[in-house]
Amino acid sequence: MNDQSNKWIGKRTVRPDGADKVTGRAAYAADATMPGMIWAKVLRSPHPHATIKSIDTSKAEALPGVKAVATAADFVDFPVDTPVPLGIQDMRWMSRNMLAKEKVLFHGHPIAAVAAINEEIAAEACALIEVEYDVLPFAIEIDDAIAKDAPILHDFMKFDGKPSNIAGTLEHTLGDVDAGFAEADVVIERSFTTKPVHQGYIETHACVVSVAPDNRTTIWSSSQGQFMVRAMTAYLTGIPQSNIKAIPAEIGGGFGGKTIVYLEPVATILSKKSGRPVKMVMTREEVMRATGPTSGSKSTVKIGAKKDGTIVAGQGTFYLQAGCLPGSPIRGAAGCAFAPYDIKNVHSFGYDVVSNRSKVAAYRAPGAPIGAFAVESVLDELAVELGMDPLKLRLKNAAKEGTKAAHGPTYPRIGYAETVEAALKSEHYNTPLTGKFQGRGVASGYWFNAGGESSAQVNITEDGNVVVTTGHPDIGGSRASIANITAELLGINYDQVSVQIGDTASIGYSNLTGGSRVLFASAMVVTESTEQVIEQLKGRAAKIWGIDPSQVVWEGGEARPMGEHSANFPSMSLEELAAKANATGGPIGAGSQSNTVGAEGGFATHVCDVEVDVDLGIVRVLRYTCFQDVGRAIHPSYVEGQLQGGVAQGIGWALNEEYIYNKKGQVDNPGFLDYRMPVCSDLPMLDCGIIEIPNPKHPQGVRGVGEVPLVPGPAAVRNAVHDALGIWIDDLPLSPPNVLAAIDANSSLQAAE
Amino acid sequence: MSDIRYLAPQTLDDAIAQYAAAEGAARILAGGTDLLVQMRSGLLKPSTILDVKKIPELTAIERTADGGFKIGAAISGAALEEDPDFGKAWPGVLEALNLIGSTQVQGRASMGGNLCNGSPAGDAVPALVAAGAVATIKGPNGSRELKVEDVPAGPGKTNLKPGEILVSFTFPARPKGSSDAYLRMIPRTEMDIAVVGVGVSLTLEGGTCTAARVGLGAVAPTVLLVEDAAKALIGSTLDDAAIEKAAAACSAACNPIDDKRGTIAYRTKVAGVLLKRTTAIAAERAGRT
Amino acid sequence: MAKIHVSTTINGEPTEFLCDAADSMLDALRDTLGLTGSKEGCGTGDCGACSITLDGRLVCSCLMLAAEADGHEIETIEGMAAPDKLHPLQQKFLESAALQCGICTPGMLVAAKSLLERNPNPTETEVRFWLAGNLCRCTGYDKIVRAVMETAADMREAAR
Repeated sequence: MNDQSNKWIGKRTVRPDGADKVTGRAAYAADATMPGMIWAKVLRSPHPHATIKSIDTSKAEALPGVKAVATAADFVDFPVDTPVPLGIQDMRWMSRNMLAKEKVLFHGHPIAAVAAINEEIAAEACALIEVEYDVLPFAIEIDDAIAKDAPILHDFMKFDGKPSNIAGTLEHTLGDVDAGFAEADVVIERSFTTKPVHQGYIETHACVVSVAPDNRTTIWSSSQGQFMVRAMTAYLTGIPQSNIKAIPAEIGGGFGGKTIVYLEPVATILSKKSGRPVKMVMTREEVMRATGPTSGSKSTVKIGAKKDGTIVAGQGTFYLQAGCLPGSPIRGAAGCAFAPYDIKNVHSFGYDVVSNRSKVAAYRAPGAPIGAFAVESVLDELAVELGMDPLKLRLKNAAKEGTKAAHGPTYPRIGYAETVEAALKSEHYNTPLTGKFQGRGVASGYWFNAGGESSAQVNITEDGNVVVTTGHPDIGGSRASIANITAELLGINYDQVSVQIGDTASIGYSNLTGGSRVLFASAMVVTESTEQVIEQLKGRAAKIWGIDPSQVVWEGGEARPMGEHSANFPSMSLEELAAKANATGGPIGAGSQSNTVGAEGGFATHVCDVEVDVDLGIVRVLRYTCFQDVGRAIHPSYVEGQLQGGVAQGIGWALNEEYIYNKKGQVDNPGFLDYRMPVCSDLPMLDCGIIEIPNPKHPQGVRGVGEVPLVPGPAAVRNAVHDALGIWIDDLPLSPPNVLAAIDANSSLQAAE
Repeated sequence: MSDIRYLAPQTLDDAIAQYAAAEGAARILAGGTDLLVQMRSGLLKPSTILDVKKIPELTAIERTADGGFKIGAAISGAALEEDPDFGKAWPGVLEALNLIGSTQVQGRASMGGNLCNGSPAGDAVPALVAAGAVATIKGPNGSRELKVEDVPAGPGKTNLKPGEILVSFTFPARPKGSSDAYLRMIPRTEMDIAVVGVGVSLTLEGGTCTAARVGLGAVAPTVLLVEDAAKALIGSTLDDAAIEKAAAACSAACNPIDDKRGTIAYRTKVAGVLLKRTTAIAAERAGRT
Repeated sequence: MAKIHVSTTINGEPTEFLCDAADSMLDALRDTLGLTGSKEGCGTGDCGACSITLDGRLVCSCLMLAAEADGHEIETIEGMAAPDKLHPLQQKFLESAALQCGICTPGMLVAAKSLLERNPNPTETEVRFWLAGNLCRCTGYDKIVRAVMETAADMREAAR
């Protein structure tokens, strides 16, 4: 589409759900009530690792006010030897994460739940549940979990034929790395660690569920996919999907963390048992202890290059924490790490390691920041070693159309090199730093992006306006982008379009809000639906005029006769056609459902300036610019918002966010006080360099934008700290004690002071 | 459903009577920014909550006869900031109080609450110690006064006797050439608990430091009055040697723990760094040229 | 223990309600009074999503007992807009996309309004530190800070 001709695509429209959200009207998960509603609380494990010998709920059930108690025995059993995949999850692990079965696997692991007339009684009843444990030794860190004598979490899990905490591996190979390294003039190898970090959504998990005596079930909850909620609840409770209506509440942030269920099936069983609607709201502490952060990691990356900067080989080994059940994002780490580069010889290997932590959940480009942290850090050192500008090193090796990536694809037209070129030319990169202990770092990143299943329905109202219904929770302004596209295609005013998120009973299956897929996929089905609507409108006009539909054109929001008829009839507006709809064939509307393909990967390059207080070890970000190929910015403000939000999370990951465990195997910082996400005064303005290389496989040229912006962040900050201090720090976070310890260990810096 | 009582007495005498009648399980509510968090976490389940914010003595800002201040223990930092005089005399105390938590928390949190919470990391406390503030305490057996540094007894504990209520703080009159400052180290720019906090109050006469007090927080079970640091400063021109000596005294006074907020080595080093920086600010405020 | 009877004023409206001694003001607003615009993100005063004003002073409603509202005036997000017109901050937040998921937005707006009432011409640094107690995980704060500063400029202009 030509920019000049666009009236709405690319415009900064006001989001359709905006007024509700600035006035407090918007209903999030915890804002709902139902008549007769009761409250439920969860009993959680006091041990990081133990066998459950028995659970006695009789005292809890006898407490006045208690209406129902649930344990794993109330749910569908998924034996450990029979995989039941659902998307990237497996119901064997999902069921055991929701409520412990044979064992408790982390401190905070749910064991049972109680519904009562209020939260206090529910909590009191939880304390009356008697659980007999066989307490087991535990492993928290990767090295402890893969040690020779490590406590084994799952007896059925074998690696190399022996019981192991390694749940799986993944390997990507391209060319011959040994031959590649033999060619290299310079080889750099380094090992890194990163800590688990939480998605940090401000809205805690919550739901209200009502199960009628005939099992008709209504779920009101906050998630990144009402269809995921329906499917998982059906699997876990045995209620057929057709009996479950999952209504998407407004969602107060997810970032991947709300792509699985924790509460909904539990509330469903409690509602079924009690005959009352049941509400559950997690506390922040429960969120931090028992919902998925992303993996902590350890990795080693080796890169070899010729003197001219041509990279000839790259090798990476990535160990990722899965938490207590299999499923860490090794694909993101091993797959994305080298993806921005055209390297002939790559070997990338990932290990999925379980330990006694809460099960990880997706977090914005899952695994990719871990891979990028290692590779982009090594590249920076390579640039120093070669005496090359770090951006020019990246540009020299940039992947482009036709590059074969180690993780599989041969790239179509992509915009990676453009992000590096934009960074190189930017005012930011060309403005020298002036202060002492200031430094500049750069890093790039890649994310796969996703297509997948989406459904849309576009209906013309009787008064000639438009209602678009899609199936993806709007987590950051997607309604506005969909309205832009619909208004553009129909040639009508933006205000005439209303965008709704349908529940599972009112719109066709739509996969998760995740994988940076929402606008990519929903724009495709909305476009198809709208085009069908336009065909109908042309047909209605043709009928009224008594001419062939092929003689009607839709332009500027009107049907116009063409050719020989062009002067015979006045054009008809949407409003006029809608008013005559019943006489011309009935309601006007169309739906489309598709398993969308062609998402193609996204690339970004970040430039970060920091200043280090070398006496206190504090790193402050002074300036930050994010250059990203976004395909087409349908709504530039929300594209910038994705970039800025991802950057802020990357800075948090780099500087102060981390899970801290005490010696008892418990999270020691389960709240926003000591889990230190960036606050407003921690950050500068976050500049965006939006690059638009339209995705050739999408009607509007859309590429996913949401996840890539997190990927380069930690490495960009770390490389900037190196530039400021001359010290490579390989372990995140770059928190003040860690940075000061690195400074103190480095005599050359002290001499330079 | 709840078996907790909420009382909001209008007079100090009523409060003391009600507090005594409720025996040990009662808790004083001033700003509530610690109490409500502790109740919610299940750490505390008081039988009675005694809201003291309706008692005039706990919410008054008064000048004393000698030109000092008497500040009610339950006054919020935001309210104290609006007083035209206090912040001029005691900018360090005021900035310490208003480093606690967020703007929202500063609308509620008080010096009395910060002190009685008993945390060694309370931001207001090192500044109060440095200021030489004296706490007025009243109980069933009458009134008494305690130096602020003698109030904490250990993490979460104070030397207040059962039934005693912290009423107010008295700040001495300031000789010319006096000021104070407070700095803390936190990982972020806001919203963290101090990893180390240093309050310095001093008086300069003709470029020479004639009086100084140093309060040091988050490096020991209680906030410390570091007399060796003060001794190093007093009599000096705040020259580098004196400052280094005072910084070393602060590091030497540290008896910290390794925890989620900082390591022993980190806290020990940072105590000295902050002493230097805080002293420089206090000296500048005191009119050093 | 009998419930406590509280007489207060909420968004200008004389209001009475019953509560337990341990109920927070946030509990009373959300569960008793149906004012769910104030959100609970942490319950410990670390996120600011429950921000309200108490006699004009910005506070976290999760850190205030409901019983303390007796005889005082409370303002919440629900009282910010006129019936037919958004507050300039609300309007600017919409126009500049200063919200994504929207869960922090009510608290952010209440806090920003409180700032502009005290300081009609804040610097970027003043805005950032005033709002440091309002966590936002979506936006990186950039558009929020800009929206507050632009609204301040608009309101100064309008007041001339």
